[in-house]
Amino acid sequence: MKITFPHMGNTYLPVKAMFDDLGVDVITPPINSKKTLEIGTKYAPEQICLPMKINLGNYIQSIEKGADTIVVTGSCGPCRYGYFMEVEREILKDLGYEVEIISLEAPDGDIKEFYNRVSQMLETKNIFKIVKTFKNAFGILKKIDEIEEKVLKYRPYEKNKGEIDKIYNHLIDQLRKSTGSKEMLQYIKEAEKNFMNVALEKRQDVLKVGIIGEIYTIIEDFSNIDIGKKLNNLGVEVHKSHSTSGWVLEHLFYESIGRSREKDIRKAAAPYVKTMVGGHGRETVGNAILYAKEGYDGLIHIMPFTCMPEIVAMSILPKIQNDYHIPILTLIIDEMTGEAGYITRLEAYIDLLRNRRDKFQNEKMLSWS
Amino acid sequence: MKIGIPRGLLYDHYQFLWKSFFENLGAEVVISQKTNKKIVDDGVAVTVDEACLPVKVYHGHVMDLRDKVDFIFVPKIMSIHEKEYICPKFCGLPEMIKTSISNLPTIIDPTIDFIKNKKHLLEIVYEIGGYVTYDKRKIRLSFEEALKSHQNYKNKMKQGFFPMDLDKKHEEKHEAKHKEDTQKILLLGHPYNIYDEYLSMNIVEKLRKYGMTVITQDHFSKDQINPQMNELQKKMFWTFGRKMLGAALYAMEQEDIQGIIYLSSFGCGIDSVIADIVERRTRRNSKKPYILLTMDEHTGEAGIDTRIEAFVDMIKWRVENENYVSTHGQYISAR
Repeated sequence: MKITFPHMGNTYLPVKAMFDDLGVDVITPPINSKKTLEIGTKYAPEQICLPMKINLGNYIQSIEKGADTIVVTGSCGPCRYGYFMEVEREILKDLGYEVEIISLEAPDGDIKEFYNRVSQMLETKNIFKIVKTFKNAFGILKKIDEIEEKVLKYRPYEKNKGEIDKIYNHLIDQLRKSTGSKEMLQYIKEAEKNFMNVALEKRQDVLKVGIIGEIYTIIEDFSNIDIGKKLNNLGVEVHKSHSTSGWVLEHLFYESIGRSREKDIRKAAAPYVKTMVGGHGRETVGNAILYAKEGYDGLIHIMPFTCMPEIVAMSILPKIQNDYHIPILTLIIDEMTGEAGYITRLEAYIDLLRNRRDKFQNEKMLSWS
Repeated sequence: MKIGIPRGLLYDHYQFLWKSFFENLGAEVVISQKTNKKIVDDGVAVTVDEACLPVKVYHGHVMDLRDKVDFIFVPKIMSIHEKEYICPKFCGLPEMIKTSISNLPTIIDPTIDFIKNKKHLLEIVYEIGGYVTYDKRKIRLSFEEALKSHQNYKNKMKQGFFPMDLDKKHEEKHEAKHKEDTQKILLLGHPYNIYDEYLSMNIVEKLRKYGMTVITQDHFSKDQINPQMNELQKKMFWTFGRKMLGAALYAMEQEDIQGIIYLSSFGCGIDSVIADIVERRTRRNSKKPYILLTMDEHTGEAGIDTRIEAFVDMIKWRVENENYVSTHGQYISAR
């Protein structure tokens, strides 16, 4: 059995570590590229959203490298993500590929079936071993997410341009080459030490922008044309509202525990969205409000074309823009998105934020209060 | 007291339930005009570009009612079956309406969510009825009465009637029913697409004019649809998706159904999935012709006409050439 899985940001690193720890054969799909998207667009339904097109490209590229089993997480609607695997099964069948698709979910709350699927995937029935490897992999996932968050936060403040990028790229390169969670953790520790030594300078003119919207397009830098780095280069500190570790936590535990941030988001969104709308529609609205309250200068709402939950959020966001006085830019992404048009819009938006901040600062100086 | 019901989305499905419920309670019910150009234009103007056509048109219907009534009934229909949803946009419909349209009268927006069970159905009924009267008994009786007319309507649909047939005179109705010698076409699509005469460009009438009998997923019974769906590895979690896919899978095996037409609205997430599975299964398992018609506010009627005509021609040729065996060795017939 040779397992493959779809890409989503840097998630492939901990996933690879997990399979390596257990000695399961795993084929990491080639890093997302124009080619991946081309393959996906060719075979996927015309009007499906971008994440599935990229996923399908990942699968086909991996299958060509020899994979015969696909592992994905499942969900139960109403967002169409839950039905991706069924469409993919049909497409791959029509293309003549014989692969097995294991969806990691508990159908109708059947925990035993979930365990069966996990043990089938990991080729072991030893529950302690499974839990231990999950824990290790999750630890790495969390560390990588933390590093990414810091990179996006501190990149505009660095004294010597490119220092953070150098460390970060070196780390990812090393992680790619390493096998097993132990080795990875070592490299991560090393990189963390290096990050501490990066010289930062105080800058007043750095803006703060939050990124809200659909989880895949936020996390996968190929799909959002590396929006974090582009904004950093424009002198903007960036925070992404979704991370893979957050998603895993939410999916595995949030029903039982209920993280505090999750609760805050729902509470904030309540006046605008009463119930869930599938996907992360409600979280988008809640995050927008929380960011506005935390004093961010602007928000960028990012979503794939035809994403149903985000369309609901998109029609509510103008109201939040008015109520909380925060400019929101919506970027819709599909396979036709061109980089140049995208950059122009980002630059224009950041200019607007800068003018706005200058204006408000002057107002503050003149006012008595 | 005037209550407005927009003639959009699930109105065709529940028109008798909603209308007679409010009327039994003693309220005056105003239903928005049939979809027309103004309603479409109004709706398109206020909604975000990315929303699908039926949602835009629904906004237009609400705007049509805005200045005529005291209340507008915009239910938040999340789920009408256990473990099944409708569509994410339905879950956020009242919120979308409230943020997109200004100067609205009071919106009656009960949350209808039967994802776990239908236990709290009566509570929802009391909540809706509470806008009109405090008399709980009256609300319950009105609801039971309304349910009867809804059931009646549903039975009629099962017999092969369409919502638009109900306004017609008796003789015409008779004509609209099944004829033994005509050819049957399965028309799939969300009820708000196929039953809206303006949006669907009257596709049902057009097909009938060509001498076809049109059936939709609503004309199949549960026993015909559900067994097909149990074979799928992943449970379908959209109510209309289940109906459409189940009907298509059932129709593939029926000899008397000659072709499948799928009417989808541009940008519909559910259609993007279901239409693709239906297409792949139809091509793989049967020799029935299949066509996908996508519409949005820019779709021209002439283009749709041409495609329907070509589709019907193809079916007719197939029947005429039924006994023709080509030298190549393959039957042309669909049967």
